[in-house]
Amino acid sequence: MNGRTDWFAHLVLCLGALLFLLPIWLVISGSTLDPAAIARGELSLVPRLSGLGVYASVLTQGSPGAGPVWRMLMVSAGMALAIAFGKIIISVLSAYAVAFFRFPFRMTAFWIIFITLMLPVEVRIIPTYTVMSNLGLINTFPGLTVPLIASATATLLFRQTFLAVPDELFEAARMDGAGPWRFLRDILLPVSAANIAALFVILFVYGWNQYLWPLLVATDPKLDTIVIGIVKMIGTETQTEWNRVMATAVLALLPPVMVVMLMQHWFVKGLTEGDK
Amino acid sequence: MERRTIFSGWLLPVVLVLPQLALTVVFFLWPAGQAIWSSMTRTDAFGIRTMFVGLENFSDLFTDPLYLDTIERSVFFCAAVAALSMGVALVLASAADREIRFRGLYRVLLVWPYAIAPAVAAVLWILLLHPQIGLIGRWLNSIGIPWDYKLNDTQAMLVVILASAWKQVSYNFIFFLAGLQSIPRAIIEAARMDGARGFFRFRTVVLPLLMPTVFFLLVVNLVYAAFDTFATIIALTDGGPGKATETLVVKVYRDGVVNLDIGSSSAQSVVLMAGVIVLTALQFRFLGRRSGGG
Repeated sequence: MNGRTDWFAHLVLCLGALLFLLPIWLVISGSTLDPAAIARGELSLVPRLSGLGVYASVLTQGSPGAGPVWRMLMVSAGMALAIAFGKIIISVLSAYAVAFFRFPFRMTAFWIIFITLMLPVEVRIIPTYTVMSNLGLINTFPGLTVPLIASATATLLFRQTFLAVPDELFEAARMDGAGPWRFLRDILLPVSAANIAALFVILFVYGWNQYLWPLLVATDPKLDTIVIGIVKMIGTETQTEWNRVMATAVLALLPPVMVVMLMQHWFVKGLTEGDK
Repeated sequence: MERRTIFSGWLLPVVLVLPQLALTVVFFLWPAGQAIWSSMTRTDAFGIRTMFVGLENFSDLFTDPLYLDTIERSVFFCAAVAALSMGVALVLASAADREIRFRGLYRVLLVWPYAIAPAVAAVLWILLLHPQIGLIGRWLNSIGIPWDYKLNDTQAMLVVILASAWKQVSYNFIFFLAGLQSIPRAIIEAARMDGARGFFRFRTVVLPLLMPTVFFLLVVNLVYAAFDTFATIIALTDGGPGKATETLVVKVYRDGVVNLDIGSSSAQSVVLMAGVIVLTALQFRFLGRRSGGG
C-alpha cells in the first residue's frame, strides 16, 4: 500500500475521532469545574479532581429545575428496556404468525402493521395525546412505553429472516414432532439470535433517547427521563449550574454508549445487513 | 415471497398477531384518523362549538406566508444536515476502508456516537458555541466576530445544522463503510492497473457502485433531519430567535401544544404524514433495488 495515502487516511480518521472525543472530553472535564468559573467563561479541558463530587450530588439531589438523577436514570432504563424487549417480543410473534401460518385477513393484518412505518409520533402529536388521555394513560409508565412498542420495522425484519428458513428444516422439525411453540423456541429464535441482538441495541438507544413522546405524555416530574431532565436544566438559563448539567449529560451518555460498544459487532452487522 | 411449508390452524396465529395489531390500531390508526378529522374542523374562539370546515384549514395553511416560510426553512435545514453529515461520513468511511493500522480502533471511535441522544448532542454543542461559556463561541467574540446564536438568525440556523449533522455522522459512517466494503476488490485493482488514481478513481469507479447506499442514506437523513432533530432544536434555540430555527415539527408542536390551535396543528400533521409517506415510498423503492441488486 502507498505510504503517503496511508498517512493521509490516518490524519482524516484522527480528525474524525477528535470531532467526537473532544466535545466528550470537554463535557467530562467541565462537569468537574466550579460552576461560577464556567459561567465566567473559564471552561477548560483540564478536569479538577476535587470536583468529582458533583456526580454523587446530582445523582442523589439533582439540580435546580430537575429532580435527582438516579431517579431519571431508572425511568430511562425502564423505558429503554421495556421498549426494546416489548418490540422484539411482539414483533417476533407477529412475524411468526404472518410467515408460518395462514389465517383470515392475514395480508390485511400485515399491511395495517406495515402502515405504522409511515406515521412517526412527531406527525401525530395532538391526536395521539387525545387518545392517550381518553385511555387514562397520561402520566403513567405504560403511557410512556406501550405506544412506542408497535413496530413495523422489527416485524418486517423478522418476517424476512423467517421466510429465509429452508423448507427442509421445517419439514425435519415437523417430522420430529415439533409443534409451533417448540419450532419457534428451538429453531427460529436461535436462527435469529444475531438479529435480536442487533435490534436490542438499536431499540435500546431509540428508547433511551426519546424526547418528544415523554415531553407530551409525562408531565409529572416523577416520570422525567434523563433526556427530559437535561433539557429542563438548561431551560432555566439564568441560574444554570453548568457543572451539574454536564455531569448529568455524562450520566445520560454512559448506558447507551456502553450498550453500543459492548455489542458493536452484532449491531453493525444487523444494522447494515437487515433493512434498517 | 411466500412460504410453502406452514403450520395448520388459524386460532394460534390470530392470537400471536393480535397484540401488535391492537397497538397499531389504538396508537397509530385511531390518532391518524382523528388528525384527518380534526384537520377538517374548527373550534370557535370560546372553545364551545366545533364545526366542519372541509379543506379550509389546508387552504389557510398554504396561503399563510409564515407556513410557507417554515416549509422553505425546513427544506433548507434538511438538505444542509443531510449533505453535511453524509459528506463528512463518506470521507471518514473512505479513509477507514483501507488496510491500515489501528483501523479497528478507528471504527470503534467513529461508531459509538450513534448512541448520543439528540438532546445530549445539543448540550455538547452549547459547550462549544455558547457566546459566554462556549469554547469556540467565546473565542469568536474575543477576536472581534460578534457571535450570539440566541440573537442572530443565521448563526442560530448554523448551530442547529452543525449539531444535528454531527449527531448523524456515525450512522452514515456505518452504512458507507459497509457499502465500500461490499465493492469487490478486483474492480478497484483493475481501475488501479488502468492508472485511475485518487479522487478520479473514487468518482468514476467507487461512487457509481456506492449510489444505492447514497440514495438509501439520503432518504434516511432527510427523515432524521425532519423529525428526530426536534430535541436538538428545542434544547439549543427553542425554535428561535423568533422563528429562525422553527422547522415543520417545531411548528406543529408550538401551534398544537403551546398555542392549542388544534385545527391548524392537525392540518399540519396531515401534511407531514403525506411527506413521510412519499419519503417511505422512495425508501422502499431504493431498498428494493438495493437488495435486488445483491
